[in-house]
Amino acid sequence: MSDTNLSTDSIASTERQLLPLTRASRFVRLGGIGVVLLSVAAAFLYLGGWFNPEALTPPRFADGFERVDGIHSGFRLNHAKGVCVSGSFESNGRGTRLSKAVVFKAGRAPIIGRFSLAGGNPYVADAPGMVRGLGLLFHLPDGEEWRTAMINTPVFAVNSPQGFYDRLLATQPDPETGKPDPKKMAVFLANHPETVQATKIIQSHPASSGFENSTYYGLNSFWFMDASGRSIPVRWSLAPVQPFAPANTTGHARPDNNRLFDVLIAGILQRPLLWHLIITIGQASDPINDATIPWPDAREQMDVGTLTLDHVESEETNRCRDINFDPLVLPEGMTPSDDPLLSARSAVYSQSFTRRAGENKLPSAVTPSEVRK
Amino acid sequence: MSTSLATEQRQFTALMRVFHWLTAALVLTILGIGVAMLASLAGYHRLVSIHRPLGILILIVVVIRFVNRHYSSLPPFPASMSPRERSIASAFELLLYALLVVQPLVGWGMLSAAGYPVTLYGSLHLFPILPHNVMLYAVLRMAHTVLAYLLFFTFLAHFGAVLFHTCVVRDGTFSRMAPWTSR
Repeated sequence: MSDTNLSTDSIASTERQLLPLTRASRFVRLGGIGVVLLSVAAAFLYLGGWFNPEALTPPRFADGFERVDGIHSGFRLNHAKGVCVSGSFESNGRGTRLSKAVVFKAGRAPIIGRFSLAGGNPYVADAPGMVRGLGLLFHLPDGEEWRTAMINTPVFAVNSPQGFYDRLLATQPDPETGKPDPKKMAVFLANHPETVQATKIIQSHPASSGFENSTYYGLNSFWFMDASGRSIPVRWSLAPVQPFAPANTTGHARPDNNRLFDVLIAGILQRPLLWHLIITIGQASDPINDATIPWPDAREQMDVGTLTLDHVESEETNRCRDINFDPLVLPEGMTPSDDPLLSARSAVYSQSFTRRAGENKLPSAVTPSEVRK
Repeated sequence: MSTSLATEQRQFTALMRVFHWLTAALVLTILGIGVAMLASLAGYHRLVSIHRPLGILILIVVVIRFVNRHYSSLPPFPASMSPRERSIASAFELLLYALLVVQPLVGWGMLSAAGYPVTLYGSLHLFPILPHNVMLYAVLRMAHTVLAYLLFFTFLAHFGAVLFHTCVVRDGTFSRMAPWTSR
């Protein structure tokens, strides 16, 4: 035995003392290894939801949208029809009493936004009764971002992801009539009294004439944390400076598929559109996990700054198309409440974003020439 | 060289073993979070918020580990391993290192291409390493999934090979990397 082989030989010598495995023993050990490896793989499959095929997951949620609204290459699964806007948010500094978020320090933050109509059809004809959306991205001076996606109803029609999904399926057009089956919706409403209640509240707030004079609501509750570490529940909304005018629900003398968008575009080209960002401060008794229930009117509200939108552009030429207005991209000083819709929105928006990112991009209903005319 | 080997180093150094088990725990955790978050509506946000900084932590740990490995003395392969088995083992080791560096970079790059802020904790965030381009995002997002599966199966192969050597060949492979000091 030479010096150079000492180390390997000494390991080998300990092996020689082992009795060879019997055939059976070797078989059992190999089988045991197989069982261990399969168990590890099974644990990961379990985490991935493979053993629970009925559970509502982000991909199944997205499939639901595609089933009801069809597949529209390159478009969002919901709020598919839209137009890009940009401008700035001028904070008046008052909001720093509520949250340490950089966005509330006095100063200006550039904004990218997107006005949209609810639904998965990117070429749907505008109608005054359709839910209007506004997604905003605040670029903050320290490189952080705040994104929010708001709609023009004071409360949301459902309070859980499953409720949203079931309602979505209940609106699926019947292949024979081309219209949703009223029986399905009746069954849904019978099982969801919160939706019946929320619909009454929504109907008691008549829609305005257009995007430009709509109030937009953040719907879900969030927590604001100030510099001392104190947390308060809040909701937020955008109150238009443009005066309210009732929606014109009669008289479609000239069918114009993009009527609401055209009025918005003409308005912005004429003069910048302005909104006040209003923070509503909740109290301990206010529900923060149920977007169907409004907070009492008496809650303190604070105007924390002004949103100015002075530029409008087709999705085809603007990067707003490629932004996911994920409501959980929040700056330090804001955190989500335990409203189950919030994490679900983040998950499904992300799923929608990932699907459309790789798809061929079809032209938008609101074309670049439409914005310039 | 021969005299230093003759002192009969049978285990990886204590620091290398710490890095190994730390990496193992982090990687299994992030793989579990990764599959769980894609299937969960309720847990999505919380899990993604852990997944992102954990990926960057793994990138840092693996780079330090790789440098440390370069400056450490390694125990010899068990005598039972043929030269071919040794080169396969070395190739797997290299593959694991490569995956553990590339996967976090793909994750970081994919968030950059998606135009997302790469938030780690609170206001702490990383700069984008790629331009905002959703087609690029789509490709990297797919690559992130493929690499995750590759990483998982490479881990299973590594784990299975160690079990085989330890329980069937019985050449003391596990004790080389055991969390405790073996004699």
